[in-house]
Amino acid sequence: MNNEQLKEKISSIDPTINITEGPQYLTLSVAPEHLSKTASMLKTNPDLAFDYLFCLTGNDLEDACSVVYHLESIQHRHTIVIHLKTASRENAVLETVSNIWKTADFHEREVFDLVGINFTNHPDMRRIFLDEEDWVGYPLRKDYTDNNIVTR
Amino acid sequence: MEDLIIDNNTIQEEEYIINMGPQHPSTHGVLRFKVSLKGETVLNVQPHCGYIHRGIEKMCERLTYPQIIHLTDRMDYLSAHINNEAVCLLVENALQIEVPERVKYVRTILSELTRLASHQLWWCAFGMDLGALTTYFYGLRDREPILDIFEETTGARLLQSYNTPGGLMNDIHPNFIKRVKDYIVYFRKKLPEYDELLTGNVILQERTNDIGFLTLEDAISYGVTGPSGRASGFACDVRKHHPYSAYDKVDFKEILYTKGDTFHRYKARVEEMWESLKIIEQLIDNIPDGDFTVKMKPIIRLPEGEYYQRVEAARGEFGVYILSRGEKYPYRAKFRSPNFSNLSAINLLSAGHKIADLVAISGSLDLVIPDIDR
Repeated sequence: MNNEQLKEKISSIDPTINITEGPQYLTLSVAPEHLSKTASMLKTNPDLAFDYLFCLTGNDLEDACSVVYHLESIQHRHTIVIHLKTASRENAVLETVSNIWKTADFHEREVFDLVGINFTNHPDMRRIFLDEEDWVGYPLRKDYTDNNIVTR
Repeated sequence: MEDLIIDNNTIQEEEYIINMGPQHPSTHGVLRFKVSLKGETVLNVQPHCGYIHRGIEKMCERLTYPQIIHLTDRMDYLSAHINNEAVCLLVENALQIEVPERVKYVRTILSELTRLASHQLWWCAFGMDLGALTTYFYGLRDREPILDIFEETTGARLLQSYNTPGGLMNDIHPNFIKRVKDYIVYFRKKLPEYDELLTGNVILQERTNDIGFLTLEDAISYGVTGPSGRASGFACDVRKHHPYSAYDKVDFKEILYTKGDTFHRYKARVEEMWESLKIIEQLIDNIPDGDFTVKMKPIIRLPEGEYYQRVEAARGEFGVYILSRGEKYPYRAKFRSPNFSNLSAINLLSAGHKIADLVAISGSLDLVIPDIDR
């Protein structure tokens, strides 16, 4: 499906999803509370079949945290991006998608470790790179400070 | 002293935990597997990463785009050239710069040489993991001329940083075309030796066949890409499905198997070496004349927005995500490294097998640890 058909198809299933056409990929903005519903719809619908989550990124946008999911369908070869903003930055919580795409297990742990977004219902929500016991703070947050960071 | 002697029956019956790594030869770097065992059978493997986490993504937030290229080398150092290319392509696409055809050809040839060198090193290390020390000498013998070609043209053997946004650092060396052509003739003769020496070997067959199955559904769900994913039938070759540089001009086969065991992951890589040779052969005689770079502004600023670029590194799909706010530094840079996703399937692959098979399985995934930790 090309972007135009994708857009029609998705809005016919769920008209509440906000779809914009980015320079590269079609972008869906989803409210955090609808994430698992939308995600499983995108995966299970036979015409969409987004079965491959190739990138999961956590961002600190200073007023909120956001997560970006890059999805591809291996069968249809179309690509889509989901954007999600957390309600609060200090206490950023989202639902996990690791039950839908297994690769999200590690990627969400990375986002938790570096950006500090907590994913509920995740099977193993621990830091993945940094020290689990005594690391303080989330390095990819914009207000993170460390004496070893070189500023110019 | 007496309480140190463990009764053999206790080992057979009780679950116990050992640490494989962080300093273990078979993990090829500092990665720790926390393995739960019952007797010799693996119940559960938990990878512990982060021993060489350098915060590359954080560093990128304070570096300009040409500077970031040098850090991408240091992730998967065996796909250095391909990682560089990803950042360059992203910047070029964001600024809508069309690079000369010559650049595309040279980049593709160098990428394939990188892939060859990487697969050769994997092949020798994989043999060594399984106790076949001779393979190391064969693999390194054939990898050396590739590094010499890199050295002559790019000035570096391993971490080249030869790509720059807009083109290449320098034009190719006058000897480049001849040396690459000589190398193809040479390696076409040597590659069958790999099969003769190792592929048919009884020990390799016994230790890899029917070990560590990965189904197609799991490969897609876990995002296991590269030859490891293609051995399970996952058609994930970015070169084929989202071509970049000169890959749309060449004819090559995407190596796909359906069985998805350790042996087929091995086989996929060996076969991919033939395909890489084919790609280089089709391009090397047709490198167009022209500039090796386009003139770029001294300070590169990407327009506000987010960008993503996918390339096929030696171990799978490598992706760069940049969120720009119109400054000369990216607001956020994220690297989707193939090894990180490939590693996540290790528990699925090795649970239920013997501990010695874990060595074969992690070897067949071809993990490069700096790429996992970033």
